[in-house]
Amino acid sequence: MSIIDLQDEIIEEFSMFDDWMDKYALLIDLGNSLEPLNTENKTPQNIIEGCQSRVWLHAEMHEGNVIYYGESDAVLVKGIVSLLIKVLSNHTPDEIINTDLYFIEQIGLREHLSPTRSNGLLAMVKQMKMFALAYKAKS
Amino acid sequence: MNDIQLQNIRAEFPILQEKIYNKELIYFDNGATTQKPKCVIDRITFGYEHLNANIHRGVHYLSQKATEAHEDARTVVANFLGAKTREEIIFTRGTTEAINLIAFSFGEAFCTEGDEVIVSELEHHANIVPWQMLCERKKMKLRVIPINENGELDVDAYKSLLNEKTKIVAIAHVSNVLGTINPVKEIIQIAHQQNVPVLVDGAQAVPHIKVDVVELDADFYVFSGHKIYGPTGIGALYGKAKWLNQIPPYQGGGEMIATVSFEKTTYNELPFKFEAGTPDYIGSTALAEALKYVEMIGLDQIAEHEHSLLTYCTERLINEIEGIRIIGTAKEKSAVISFLVGNIHPYDIGMLLDKLGIAVRTGHHCAQPLIDSLGIPGTVRASFALYNTKSEIDVFVDALKKVVGMLG
Repeated sequence: MSIIDLQDEIIEEFSMFDDWMDKYALLIDLGNSLEPLNTENKTPQNIIEGCQSRVWLHAEMHEGNVIYYGESDAVLVKGIVSLLIKVLSNHTPDEIINTDLYFIEQIGLREHLSPTRSNGLLAMVKQMKMFALAYKAKS
Repeated sequence: MNDIQLQNIRAEFPILQEKIYNKELIYFDNGATTQKPKCVIDRITFGYEHLNANIHRGVHYLSQKATEAHEDARTVVANFLGAKTREEIIFTRGTTEAINLIAFSFGEAFCTEGDEVIVSELEHHANIVPWQMLCERKKMKLRVIPINENGELDVDAYKSLLNEKTKIVAIAHVSNVLGTINPVKEIIQIAHQQNVPVLVDGAQAVPHIKVDVVELDADFYVFSGHKIYGPTGIGALYGKAKWLNQIPPYQGGGEMIATVSFEKTTYNELPFKFEAGTPDYIGSTALAEALKYVEMIGLDQIAEHEHSLLTYCTERLINEIEGIRIIGTAKEKSAVISFLVGNIHPYDIGMLLDKLGIAVRTGHHCAQPLIDSLGIPGTVRASFALYNTKSEIDVFVDALKKVVGMLG
């Protein structure tokens, strides 16, 4: 599926809920079911420091596609990490670099990406694209 | 404080009528900043509408009136802190600037290589970093008073840290994270036995406790206006005249000079020596209004009310929230409750409480060394002010139950 299709799928999934509590319950579920990062990849180099919570991000290249792995110490952040991975993972560097991430705003979770929340998510999105750029340069 | 008094007080704070996500705002982030009563907001408007002219140098009517208002504000601050003379009050942008001023100017006058500064483990970054910068500049050493498991200062350790190299002690009156009220009078007495001056960071104390700098015998006492119902960008430094006269200016410019020539500039006397540039005379007068407001209600009454909120909320949390851990259980405690629930990250709790219209603070609260020493990722902090109510605490505790249920 393309990045656009994946985003639209998430938007549809979240649109089933009118109530913010249900939306957040889904986000918490997503966070809790995110595969924990291997200890060998949970290194200080992979930390994206936020003021409040931390995000770990690791990327690998597999058959021309970037695969992302991530984690956070806060479950809501972990939920969003899981969504970002779902959308961006398994795509080529070019697809990732040129993508416009609109789904977070559309599902009403924009505040998590605002700079004031200082949770490392904004930096994570940047870092995901940086990884893609780095892999593109390598190839 | 009875219900009617409390409702009257709440009516004076326009922002408390705001709805957040269509819910009544419950503002429990008073340790970060307090809301402003109408009289303070009105004073700012009044200043710009009727009393705006640059102060001190103008010969015209408006300038003189504005000057009087600014200098009257200084007297209000002096009286509020119990200072002996109004010249001992310097207006600053807030606590942070006041500490930077002393760390710089005192350091220039009295500190050399090998000297030491003492702070404590529970300080806000504002009372750590300026001293670290001084230590770097002068090749000095920063010594740190540890705390016990309740979040209280280890006074014996403090005594053993004091020595002939100690040049100054800088200590918070009240911890912004733990709420601990430090025994500053005792700390000052101990330092004075060795002729070491003490700076007290009063940012978290003045809105809650009656402070008398002469009774404390503090050498420097600093606070921010916005934490005591005043405007942002204005605060005050109290310094004993004997110290302020001996230390050089912090910034140069207009106002702080006596005479200027390209060969030599002589400095103005206290307090103007430390107030370079156009002072925030609108801010100072609005700050004075806030202090008068607090005095009108009475700090004793405020302290009693906040203490009853602290006790009520602490009891409800302990009894009703499974897995709660209160961070900071000092015997002498201000109306601040830092907590964690089980392994839930503070960010998650703060985000979901926000959705329910409740403003709390989460994270390290600008006291990273303290949070690190406690081995926790941060805390959720509820901090109360004079306008908070028990029914708000009821809503908060119920909301917290719901949030913990979602996250647990």
